[in-house]
Formats: sequence, structure tokens, C-alpha cells
Amino acid sequence: MQMRDFVVRFAGEGGQGVVTSAEGLAQVSTQVGYHALTYSTFPSQIMGGPTWTQARISDAPILSAGDDVDVLVAFNREAYETHFSEVRDGGVIIYNSNDREFEGFEAEGESRIFGLPIDDLAKSTGNTRAANMVVIGALAHLVNMSQDYLEQFVEQRFRRGRDGDAEIIESNIKAIKLGRAETARSGFALGELAPAKAPDYKQIMLRGNDALSLGAMAAGVEFYIGYPISPATTILLWMERNLVGPGKFAYQVSSEIESITGILGAGYAGKKAMTATAGPGFSLMSEGLGLGWMAEIPVVVVDVQRGGPATGLPTKTEQSDLMACMYPAHGDVRLPVIAVGTVEEAFYGAIWAFNWAERYQGPVILMTEMSLADRVQNIARPDLSKITLESRQTYQGSNGYHRYSGSEMSPMPIPGNPGAYVANGSEHDDMGDTTHLPDRHVQMTERRFNKLKLLEDGYYESENTEASVAVMPWGGSKGPAYEAFLRLQEQEVSLGWYYTMFLHPLPPKLLEELKQKKLVIVPELNYQGQFSSILRSMGVNAHSITQYTGLPFKVRDLVDRITEMTQSPQKEMARA
Amino acid sequence: MSRKNPEYDFKWCPGCGDFGVRRALELAMINRLEETGLPMESNVMVAGIGCSGNLVHLLEGPQPYGIHGIHGRTLPIAMGVKMARPELNVVIVAGDGDFLSIGAEHIGPQAARNLNVCAVIMDNGVYGLTKGQSSPTTKEGTITSSTPFGKMEIAADPLELYLTLGVSFIASGFSGNPRRLAELINQGMNHKGFSMVHVQSPCVTYNDTFQLIKGNAKEGIEPMIWDIPEDHDRTDKAAAHALIQKRGLPVGVIYQDDSRLSLDDRVQQIWSKDRQHSVDQLIDAYAI
Ligand SMILES: Cc1ncc(C[n+]2csc(CCOP(=O)(O)OP(=O)(O)O)c2C)c(N)n1
Ligand code: SF4
Ligand SMILES: [Mg+2]
Repeated sequence: MQMRDFVVRFAGEGGQGVVTSAEGLAQVSTQVGYHALTYSTFPSQIMGGPTWTQARISDAPILSAGDDVDVLVAFNREAYETHFSEVRDGGVIIYNSNDREFEGFEAEGESRIFGLPIDDLAKSTGNTRAANMVVIGALAHLVNMSQDYLEQFVEQRFRRGRDGDAEIIESNIKAIKLGRAETARSGFALGELAPAKAPDYKQIMLRGNDALSLGAMAAGVEFYIGYPISPATTILLWMERNLVGPGKFAYQVSSEIESITGILGAGYAGKKAMTATAGPGFSLMSEGLGLGWMAEIPVVVVDVQRGGPATGLPTKTEQSDLMACMYPAHGDVRLPVIAVGTVEEAFYGAIWAFNWAERYQGPVILMTEMSLADRVQNIARPDLSKITLESRQTYQGSNGYHRYSGSEMSPMPIPGNPGAYVANGSEHDDMGDTTHLPDRHVQMTERRFNKLKLLEDGYYESENTEASVAVMPWGGSKGPAYEAFLRLQEQEVSLGWYYTMFLHPLPPKLLEELKQKKLVIVPELNYQGQFSSILRSMGVNAHSITQYTGLPFKVRDLVDRITEMTQSPQKEMARA
Repeated sequence: MSRKNPEYDFKWCPGCGDFGVRRALELAMINRLEETGLPMESNVMVAGIGCSGNLVHLLEGPQPYGIHGIHGRTLPIAMGVKMARPELNVVIVAGDGDFLSIGAEHIGPQAARNLNVCAVIMDNGVYGLTKGQSSPTTKEGTITSSTPFGKMEIAADPLELYLTLGVSFIASGFSGNPRRLAELINQGMNHKGFSMVHVQSPCVTYNDTFQLIKGNAKEGIEPMIWDIPEDHDRTDKAAAHALIQKRGLPVGVIYQDDSRLSLDDRVQQIWSKDRQHSVDQLIDAYAI
């Protein structure tokens, strides 16, 4: 049987190679021309403790982590107990028979299972570090992946121009063959994976947070500070390693209050400045975000969403910060919000965020989420020559400038140059001096909101625009929602598709189109149906499909729930 | 600038100590301009929220850049400005409430970093702007609008706190002598590292300590204020500690440690060519 894709879940304890196995499989596969996407979830971020990562491999670009598990690789007993029920009928469970916990193990009523002596096989190659390759060999047998592909990968990966290269390559190839042979002996097989169709463009493979960091770098970030918090920490670490050199600064500070006020200082001083955090840190930034809006200082603030209020679910995924990002501070404030939905969008979204911040001179919120932060995926290599970069309009005149004059954006003076003014978080006149005059407050409030009109150039996706019912996810629910949309199209359900990462301001034309719909279905990972309620306030008849498990949507569930809503929209609306 | 701006509607009470601090800062910035030849626009004043922070709008003569942000956050804002543009001279002006109460969490980290900024704190032992509530430096037992039965906490000892937290330059001054204060501020600005100039700047409306500080012979009140003697060894931490323990209001430089690198110097030290990559190189590190 030919297969277009397959899903492997690696489960065990932190430190047992769960993540490296999944990412190794993704590497092997993409290198030979397949597409790969990984999805991980951890109960906590510390070493040890149960953890799992899933890799989906396909001959075509991948939209979601996959509903069903074809193969489970259980590194310990607990992993087996927790995950075996998610393996589809006809799937396979491989357990590490060298793990002591599996001694004398009999899986009652389970016919899909076999033990693989991973450590023994690795040891017999003379290279204990080849354990991953034993597993990859086993998987290669199950889907009948060509041995040539694998050897090609090993060759590329381990040929580093060092003395021991040949030995390492040999032991790794041997490990693959042993894993293959042992699995063949078990008699299990899944089918034959369709041959790889290597894309004809250059590719990179990386996790969402790395893509976002790279995008910021391409946008010209010069100043980054942050405070460690899952799942945003990897952006801080990336910046500390890469944002170095004259005029650049990346640094760990002592709270998110320092992060936001620090980047405001840097943005005011003329730099492209950014910080990244998750919900708890974002809450602490509220007052500072208001200052950025009021004093008109360009900065980019990334919110990598995790689950729940307060400390919540630090290592789970959710889309429940939308209200906080749309209405981030006291007083009359609306900040621009861009929410990315794929690893690729994380790169381009970061560039848009900087361009917007520089253009309208104020803070921009860039939203992403845990499931994207740690997702590893192959994407087309960005072509920097096709990217437009913007920088703020700076004041070039002499002293005596009125920085806040006019009803719209005005050039910004940079310290060190003529044009000294006070960037003021209190209501102010055009010179930046504090004032309480009613007319001034009216004028300045309108000036700040007028500047948002500069940001109506966001683009959006649309399909089947003539249908009266449409689905429009946001952020990371894009992938499963689009997969569900494609399936429903196969079933000839009349359904439109809309998607944008520009949540505020929404592209005006998109809003007009949405207003014409009988129903706009918004799949989103929160309890309140946050985006649909915002859309409703804008005159769109939007209703949500919500989920708040800390996990992403399954495509199957979305197909069912969208079908239900299109058939009896009234019923579902009452629930939303 | 703002004095001639009819829209600007904040005024200090006549006789407020902050007038003297403003004068001292004007003098210090002019001195610096003459010493370095750098334009006034190379100064950035980061102001706290309080009567004191309004100083940034009330300066006369040539104007520096300013940020008048949110309550308690002068230090991290100043860090952003300084680390973005180390060539700028960054000065903080804030009150005892702003700096030592809501903003206290930022002092320790900046001291540890040796952030190269100069903080001028106007201590009046009260929250002036919000009309007379107790502040960290209000004396124990004092009746204020928010302590009807007397303040229940002991007063903070800011100079001792700065020394303990590792601030590398500590001076103590009085708003009643702007010239002397300007000298201290200039020394603070010239110090390569975190400098604190803690100023007694009485609030004539809610906590008038002028007489206590200056003394009144007729009424038999001994002056609190005294000059730090020439022979005080400012590099000696134990001597600095002993000096702070003496009663009254010392005027002068209490402590200075020139041996530590400032944060901006450290950052320069870690720049090395081999660690800098172009965006294309960074992208290619992920090539398939
Ligand atoms: C977050 C926040 N909390 C409270 C206030 C109200 N507030 C304004 S100034 C101030 C105290 C000012 O005292 P201090 O720093 O000593 O300045 P002074 O007026 O005495 O110069 C307070 C509590 C505020 N602006 N922001
Ligand atoms: S209330 Fe006190 S601190 Fe404020 S201006 Fe008046 S005298 Fe100065
Ligand atoms: Mg005060």
C-alpha cells in the first residue's frame, strides 16, 4: 500500500533522546526531499520527566501535526501506557526492549507491538551514540524508505573533514541496517512511502522561534532584552548568541518590566528594539506598552502564548492571549497585532512587525504560540533580496522642533541630534510638555489612533469567496483548519476560506468581505471565543469552534464541528 | 522651555527644594558641555513620576533630550537608552517614592551591572505629588496623610542600601547649595559606572526639613548638614560605611570604585569578529 505520509510519536523521559530522535527523523527525511513537521509537548521544561515529540513526514508540504499516530516509539513503560491508545488500528508500537522497565513485558491484548533492543544494537556498532539511527532504520523498514536515501544522509551529516569520519559514518550506516533487519524479522510493516519529490528551491529547516529570531535579524533588530520564560526563552538565547557586534545589544534583564521599559529606552534612542515573553510577562508589560503608545516609541513585543492565566500551563499551547494583546493597557490604546500561523510566517511576521513599528512609531505586538515555537519544519529559504525594510522617519532640522505636532505621524528626533524634546507618557502638547487641556487630549488621542491607518496594507488568503459560510482561523490553528477545509472541499461542502496574520488593523477589504458572510466560523484555542467576539464587535457574524485542552486542534474534530455548524448554525451559535 | 509654555500646567510650590536641584543640573550639564564640547542634545534626562520628575520640563536654557515615562521605571528606561547609545550621557531624576519604593527592584540589578548612568534622587521623605503620603524615607512614627497613627515602618537608609547593593559611586548632597551639588553631579556623570547622587530636597508643603538640615541658632537647632572631610578615603568601603553611620546629612562623595568595568565596556569586550554573522550566514546555518 502506498502512503503519502506517516506520523511517528517518540515518547519517553527527558534525556532519553525523544526530541533528538524526532528531529533526526525530520532531518533525514527533508534532506532526501520529503517534508517534515515536528510537534512536542512537555509537562515541564526541566530535564527528566515524561515527554513526547511527534514527527510527521510527507511527500507534500505539511499543514498540521497529524491526527493519528502510525508508529509509537516508547522509550519506557510509562510512555507506552500513556500513548498506546493513540496508535491507529494497523499502526505499530516499538518499545526499547533494553530498557529495564520492559523486562518480562507482555502487552496484553496488543498485537501491534514489538521490542527493539535499541541499546544493544547501537553498542554492537561500536558507537553507542548511534541509537537514533537504529530507530530510524526500524522506521525506514516500516515505510520501506530507500536505504540509499539514508546512507546519503549519514554521509552528508557526518562527513566533516575529520579523521574519525569514516568510522562514524560506517557505524551509523550499520546501526540503520541493524534496526532495519531486526524490524523486518518482527514481520511488521506499514506500507510504502511515496517517493520523495525534492523541491526545486532551496530550503531551510528550523523551529518557529528560530524563524522568528531570524526574521527579526533580517528586519534589522539591534537591541534585544528579555527575561526567561517558556516558551519564549529560546528567542532570548538565540539573540544573545547572534545579536553581537558594534551597535548591537542582547541581554537578560531581571524582569519583564525591565524588558519593556528597556526596549522603550532603546527605541527612543533610535534603535530597532524587541523583547519576547509569554502571558505572565506580557501582563507585567501592560503599563510600559501604554507608555510606548503615548510617547510614540517604535518597539516590537513578541508574545509566545502558552496556556491559562497566572502561571497557567507553561508548556502547553493555547491561543488565549488575544484579548490581552488587542487591549493590552489601560486608557484608550489599540496596538497593532500580528499573529503568525506557521514557521514560515514567524520569519515574515517579524519583518512586518518591525516595519509597522517603524512606520507608525509605536509598539507592535507579534503573537505566536507554544506549538509553533518548538515546531521544527522545512520551509523555503527566505530570499533577502525580496524583502523590503522600513525605518522610521527621523527629524533632520534644528532645535525648537515640536515633536508631537499635527494630527498624524511626524518625524522623530533622535538623541544626540538637534530636535531635543521630552518623550512624554503623560498627556502632552505638541512640544511634549504635560498638559491637561481638554482640546489637547482630544487632538492627541485622535492623532494616536489616526496613525493606525498607516497599517492597513496587510494581506490575506481567501478561497471560495462566493460561499456564504466561511472558516477563518487565526495563528497556529491555521494548519489544522486548512487541512479540515481541504477535506470538506473533497466532500463538496460549500465553504469559504479566509486567513490573515494581520489581526489589527485587519485588512479593510477582508473585513468588508467577512461582513457579507452569513456565518464566519473561527476555530481558536481558548474558552471565550476571543477572536470571534472581536469580529462580532466589528459587525461580522462570527462564531467560534473552541478548544482549551492545551493541545492543538485535530483535523478530524474540526471537520466534524465545522460540518455541524454549517448544517445547524443556530445550535452551535448558542454555545459559542 | 516649559516655563514659557502657557499650556504646561504643573508648578512646584514656592520654596520647594527641587528648584535648587534643577539649578544644579543646569549647571552640571553646562559644565559638561564646556568640558567635553559635546552638544546639549547628547544628554538624556530620564524622569520619574512625582513632583521631582517634573524637573525635566522645567529646565531653563538649552534643553537636553528627556523621557518622562511611568512611575518607578527610570532605571530600566535609562538602561535601554544607555546600552543602545553608550555615547549619550544619561541622567535620572526621580523622587524617593519613585526610586526607593515602586522602583526599588531595579537598583540592585543596575548596581550589579554597573550601568553607566547618573541618578539624582530628590529625597523629601514624602510623596509630594500625591499630597503627602509616607515614603520609604519617612521617619518611623511620623503622622502623614496615609499614616494617621504614625508610620509603622522604620525609615530606609538609602546611602547604606546603595553601598550594600554595590553602587560604584555614591554621593550625598543638599538642594540648598546648587553649586556644590552641581560639582557632585559632574563627578557622578564622569564616573564610568553606576553613580548615585542622593539629594535632600525638602518638600516645604508636606515635610519641611529645611530648618532641621540647616539648623537655627536662635532656636537652638544644631545643623544636620556637614561636609565630608578632605581626608575621607572614598575608595575604602569600610570608611564609607562608617561615614554613613554618623548622624546628620553628609555632603560630598562617600564612595567610589573605579576598578569595575561598566556594562557598556563589558559588552564591547565580548565583540569579536568571528562571532558576527551576516543574516545570510545565519539563515544558511539551517540549510537542508
Ligand atoms: C503605577 C503608579 N502608581 C502610583 C502612581 C501615583 N503616584 C504618582 S507620583 C507618586 C509618588 C511620588 O513620590 P516621590 O517619588 O517621592 O516624588 P515627589 O512627588 O515626592 O517628588 C505616586 C504614588 C502612579 N503614577 N503610577
Ligand atoms: S508638594 Fe512638596 S515636593 Fe511637591 S512641589 Fe510642593 S513642595 Fe515641592
Ligand atoms: Mg518624595
